[in-house]
Amino acid sequence: MKVNVFIERERKDVEIELKDNSTVKDLLKILKINPVTVITTINDEVITEDYKLNDKDKIEIHSVVSGG
Amino acid sequence: MCKNCDLKPVYKTLNDKNLCKSCFIKYFEKKVLKIIRQYNLIEDKDEVFVGLSGGKDSMTCLYILDKYLKKMGRQIKALLINEGIEGYRNKTVEDAEKICKELKIHLKIVSLKKEFGKSIDDFYKNYKGRPCTPCGIFRRYLLNKYAREYGAAKLATGHNLDDEAQSIFMNQIKGNMALSAKLGPATGVLVHKKFIKRIKPLYFMTEKEVTVYAFLKRFPINYIECPYFHNTFRDNVGRMLNELEEKYPGTKQSIVKAFIEILPKLREQYQGEKIGTCKVCKEPAAKERCKACELLNRN
Repeated sequence: MKVNVFIERERKDVEIELKDNSTVKDLLKILKINPVTVITTINDEVITEDYKLNDKDKIEIHSVVSGG
Repeated sequence: MCKNCDLKPVYKTLNDKNLCKSCFIKYFEKKVLKIIRQYNLIEDKDEVFVGLSGGKDSMTCLYILDKYLKKMGRQIKALLINEGIEGYRNKTVEDAEKICKELKIHLKIVSLKKEFGKSIDDFYKNYKGRPCTPCGIFRRYLLNKYAREYGAAKLATGHNLDDEAQSIFMNQIKGNMALSAKLGPATGVLVHKKFIKRIKPLYFMTEKEVTVYAFLKRFPINYIECPYFHNTFRDNVGRMLNELEEKYPGTKQSIVKAFIEILPKLREQYQGEKIGTCKVCKEPAAKERCKACELLNRN
């Protein structure tokens, strides 16, 4: 399956291919993003790392680190 | 699913409990109020100011304290230091103004440029040291000075568990335990009549928890980072701690909890340390001149 990902910190959209039944945790691993440092949303709803993704899902990744 | 109500979870706690939006908000607010009560952060009749930056941490702190104190018929005020960081602070000032308007909280804004004759952007043009240090010094100086002038008994800040774990680690690396003695949910080692006690209601809340809370509450926040923050000492320590947290969940919490256990002993050692007065500006100072006057070459 394929999902669309918007990485807010980098202002970047990417399309990622995943195995069926992949979770947010699997996605973050592929993107080499530490789950501790981000929250993820779908349709503006916060989801956990255990959330099972579906084909064509649009995921947003927001950084929790706020220097300043 | 949520451990309490079978709804979609938004957060998984350290002990693997899933929480839905409503249960997470309850969990978060209950934990913050516990910190306030356990450490007696706010006493009756205390005039409380929140040091507001317009970021998620201080906005969350403002929102919860306002909710908590309004129930008791009391009001908080907010104090914002505008350091003059182009493309960053101007945006967070707008956010701070929005939330204060929404919650009907009186906001006072102090401009670093008006106070010192130059903004942080101006100052950094000729500065070669670590960028966060002067900004932190100026900000603390102005927060303390104006909180006092406006009549505050307590100054609440949005410092969270991640900030505290970083500070503990940074002080260990620098070998400066006197600095660590000043940490904790409430300050209070140094004695000076011009010092306003600072309190940290989000002391045991992780940065991730605060972000989830701020997001769920739809606070008007531009999630932007200070342009000077990247690759600083704090940034590097934060990255290292987050890597450890990923491998060993609970690392940051353990660091802060272990620190809290030794804090009374540490404070005993540095308790009552008297601090002088700056000969230039008459604010508290460890040396003849305070750090702000030293940085600004004021004599």
